[in-house]
Amino acid sequence: MSTIAIPNSSAVHHDDHSHEHHKETFLTKYVFSQDHKMIAKQFLITGIIMGVIAMGLSILFRIQLAYPDKSFPLLEVLLGKFAPEGRLDPNFYLSLVTIHGTIMVFFVLTAGLSGTFSNLLIPLQLGARDMASPFMNMLSYWFFFTASAIMLSTFFIESGPAGAGWTIYPPLSALPKAMPGSGLGMTLWLVSMVLFVASSLMGGINYVSTILNMRTKGMDLWKMPLTIWAFFLTAILGILSFPVLVAGIVLLIFDRSFGTSFYLSDIYIGGQALANEGGSPILWEHLFWFLGHPEVYIVIMPAMGIASEVMSVNSRKPIFGYHAMVYSLIGITVLSFVVWGHHMFVTGMNPFLGGVFMITTLIIAVPSAVKTFNWLATLWRGNIRFTPAMLFAIGLVSFFISGGLTGIWLGNAALDINLHDTYFVVAHFHLVMGSAAIFGMLAGIYHWFPKMFGRMMNPKLGYLHFWLTFISAYLVFFPMHFMGLDGVPRRYYAFTEFESMQKWLSVNVFITWAAILGAVAQVAFLFNFFYSIFFGEKSTQNPWQANTLEWTTPVERLHGNWPGEIPTVYRWAYDYSKPGHDADFITQITPLSETMSSNLPHDFEGNEEAERIQERWNIDHKSVDKREEVK
Amino acid sequence: MDIKRYLNLKSLLALTGIVGLSFQQVMAQAAGVATDTVSKTDGLGKTVGYYLILFLLICVVIGIIGKVLHVYELTKQIQGKKEGIAWNKVNGILFAVTLVVGLYGAYWCYTVQGAQILPEAASEHGLKIDSMFRITLVITTIVFVITHILLFLFAYKYNYKAKRKAYYYPHNNTLEKYWTVIPAIALTVLVLMGFFTWRGITNISSDQMKSALQVDVTAHQFAWEVRYSGKDNVSGRKNYKLIGSLGGLNSLGLDLADKHNYDDLKVTEIVLPVNKSVRFTLTSQDVLHSFYMPHFRVQMNCVPGMSTFFQFTPRITTAEMKVKTNDPNFKYRLYCAKICGAQHYNMQFAVRVVTQREYDKWVKEQKPIVTDDMKKEYQLAMKENVASKENKIALNN
Ligand code: HEM
Ligand SMILES: [Cu+2]
Ligand SMILES: [Cu+2]
Repeated sequence: MSTIAIPNSSAVHHDDHSHEHHKETFLTKYVFSQDHKMIAKQFLITGIIMGVIAMGLSILFRIQLAYPDKSFPLLEVLLGKFAPEGRLDPNFYLSLVTIHGTIMVFFVLTAGLSGTFSNLLIPLQLGARDMASPFMNMLSYWFFFTASAIMLSTFFIESGPAGAGWTIYPPLSALPKAMPGSGLGMTLWLVSMVLFVASSLMGGINYVSTILNMRTKGMDLWKMPLTIWAFFLTAILGILSFPVLVAGIVLLIFDRSFGTSFYLSDIYIGGQALANEGGSPILWEHLFWFLGHPEVYIVIMPAMGIASEVMSVNSRKPIFGYHAMVYSLIGITVLSFVVWGHHMFVTGMNPFLGGVFMITTLIIAVPSAVKTFNWLATLWRGNIRFTPAMLFAIGLVSFFISGGLTGIWLGNAALDINLHDTYFVVAHFHLVMGSAAIFGMLAGIYHWFPKMFGRMMNPKLGYLHFWLTFISAYLVFFPMHFMGLDGVPRRYYAFTEFESMQKWLSVNVFITWAAILGAVAQVAFLFNFFYSIFFGEKSTQNPWQANTLEWTTPVERLHGNWPGEIPTVYRWAYDYSKPGHDADFITQITPLSETMSSNLPHDFEGNEEAERIQERWNIDHKSVDKREEVK
Repeated sequence: MDIKRYLNLKSLLALTGIVGLSFQQVMAQAAGVATDTVSKTDGLGKTVGYYLILFLLICVVIGIIGKVLHVYELTKQIQGKKEGIAWNKVNGILFAVTLVVGLYGAYWCYTVQGAQILPEAASEHGLKIDSMFRITLVITTIVFVITHILLFLFAYKYNYKAKRKAYYYPHNNTLEKYWTVIPAIALTVLVLMGFFTWRGITNISSDQMKSALQVDVTAHQFAWEVRYSGKDNVSGRKNYKLIGSLGGLNSLGLDLADKHNYDDLKVTEIVLPVNKSVRFTLTSQDVLHSFYMPHFRVQMNCVPGMSTFFQFTPRITTAEMKVKTNDPNFKYRLYCAKICGAQHYNMQFAVRVVTQREYDKWVKEQKPIVTDDMKKEYQLAMKENVASKENKIALNN
């Protein structure tokens, strides 16, 4: 396919490049950078910071849940009137839950994950000098940054941040009288999200156009690594579904500020009957979940792509069922547009529709199952190197199984009657989305850290980080299933008012301490990450002996990626441990002519000329069928 | 090299010591200042300092362990052995241990915490839900256990050995077909069961609707208003614009022009006769709420501007449930399950299931929702209305 036309001369002599046509200043290199690798790092570091903040918020509300009757003077010192007498205010509790969810889902697992790895890997793994539109790419980051700043700024306003839950269902979110969090905080939430979606769309359009147009020679679609497939389909999902959220948000802004009645009807609040008639909150739910469900796959698919790549590299084995992996991603992409109603079984939506959405929902579990089995088969008889990235990828599979299985319960409308809006749902999505996707992201960070910073992270701290996080995540979320099965609703400020819930108080204490353990474990990661940027061991060019193109670029990370011509691709990304070849990997840029001893009939894709040459070579070298040899 | 590292370690320790000490002093001072001003935050600095130092200590310990491991590996290397600690093996073993401990932990949760979940369904449709629950539980647990055994055992068994080469096995379409079709079949079974159960719960003939006991629930921040439909078994009309009318007495916005309202009963407790179908009509005055009675496997949102419904038949009285659960304090519960504001966690309302005879007795004691005062106000308002209308007519002429 086409390669971007940057004159080679300027790229070759990159060292003395700076005193040529464009001088790189601090501002253009680190701030308003248009280099996809720098933008990726900007997304990553912003994402990490947002993640740490959101994690801190969760610890705050976990403390409230564990010790509802206790006063913590420190909280009052830190939070002022949001924690009078050292106890969280109930409204502020809801704000914490809301902002925690919003930041984690959108700012960390959407922008932080896709923004980092799509930007980093799409050009590098496809053999392009940069994104299709580097300028738009830069804008995408700065919109994201602005959205983050606005979202966080709401902690500093009088009425506090938005508090209606991350799904901000109206009328609660539409009526400032209903809760303080629906005042200015909600307005800013909406503004922030519009900017966020703009960022996400600019990114997505860039990803899709780069993947479709800028692959290097030989890189046809079926030679792309699974990471790229995942980023590609994720971007498509985002482009098609995010605008619907914006539409919903615009209507909500109208209802809040201009007296329209899209979502409001028959409301009596604060001693006053409102004039709004004819609207329906259900409309918001449809619009929100039309994005919201694809969103959860926007979050998990890049993580799946990363895990597939990392697992293949580190088991020194081809990913099992590459085609099935791609088709299941495509299946998930398509199906995820027709299942949103499973979030609305008991909202008053026509129950017949509920039945239909149940059918589509349970169908989507099939491609998910296929992916899981393929990962297991990839590990089978591998030669597994437990790099930290590999540990996190395996952790992802475990979480995805545990959380995916409860999806089958929730997708069943009849069972969902009793599970909806309970802790069971909280357990489900924190395992399948929260934990699995975060683990995918961490796997990616550990794996591509050398590519981003030219240095290695400390593996031993990585092991510590993995084991503590893996265990604490299960300790936190597994017991929540049982609370849900006991009918404990989510988003409850305290379990003290209902006698029936008090038996869960001790479990809450346990969960909170497990969460604190998990949070403290992240210090190991943060230290490792920031320390290694400056002092980590220097990386070699291809530290994991991987096949993909990014490891053919120099460690120094040039603007334009490859000093000379962009390499040509001759094979798929997964020729690991191929019988007949001495090393246990063959990079994508190795032509078949250099690997005569290991070529399989399948590799020639029906090119008869090549097959003939191979046959002649085989006869000359009296080579028996490779397949026999392995057995 | 080794000496340098040793120095490093020592200085690191010394440094934390100094930091720790000075920190404690600062904190002590801060605490001293605090006592002068606000007594609330007394000792706060000390506790914070304590936890910080604890944390720093843990960091130091981990740092030391890291260094020790590093030194150990280095000496091994110097002795000519390639690998110091076989981390691949260590991690592999950890996966095997996690498998055993984890499966035991899951088993423990299933038995201990599983014993704390809801008792058997107290409604007829709930029995069907429960049987589906069990089937789903068994299927998913089997899959959960098998896949985790495979995942962690593979991780344990196939950890890296320099001499071995992985098995080049890129695909197998037969396998692929199996693990597409088998889950698809299992899911089809679940879908079909789920679909028919769901339709059975939600798709109710209009005869059945009419014959059920009608109960009307209005949610608002942060309470439930419940009214029974009285002798005619029809709940009277409401209009949100009438809320607060009749001199503030009309808290539900009853439309007194509708005669169905007059026999409706205001209750402070939901009391249901056992084995009799009851139909709840739900709505909200302000934001979304959710009418959730987990023991009956009943949940439906309350939506302002529209009515939602849930019809079911209770099958166990509260008294019987006390025996069954071996809990003399057992009570049925009504929760609000949709985030609705600050007091979302505390929207209480009592629920009781009784025998028909007890019910009949109870229902006789309930007062009409339209009180005499309301009637008086209404008649007054009507008169004024008529008068003003007549006035207008007179003027027009
Ligand atoms: C295996 C297939 C899956 C099925 C059948 C499934 C089904 C469901 C259903 C029915 C709900 C609604 C529960 C309720 O509110 O009552 C739900 C909630 C949720 N699911 Fe899944 N799910 C699956 C996989 C996933 C994945 C892969 C993710 C994310 C990566 C995910 C993320 C979520 C989230 C975030 C929610 C909760 C949203 C909220 O109410 O706040 N699910 N899931
Ligand atoms: Cu969904
Ligand atoms: Cu509520």
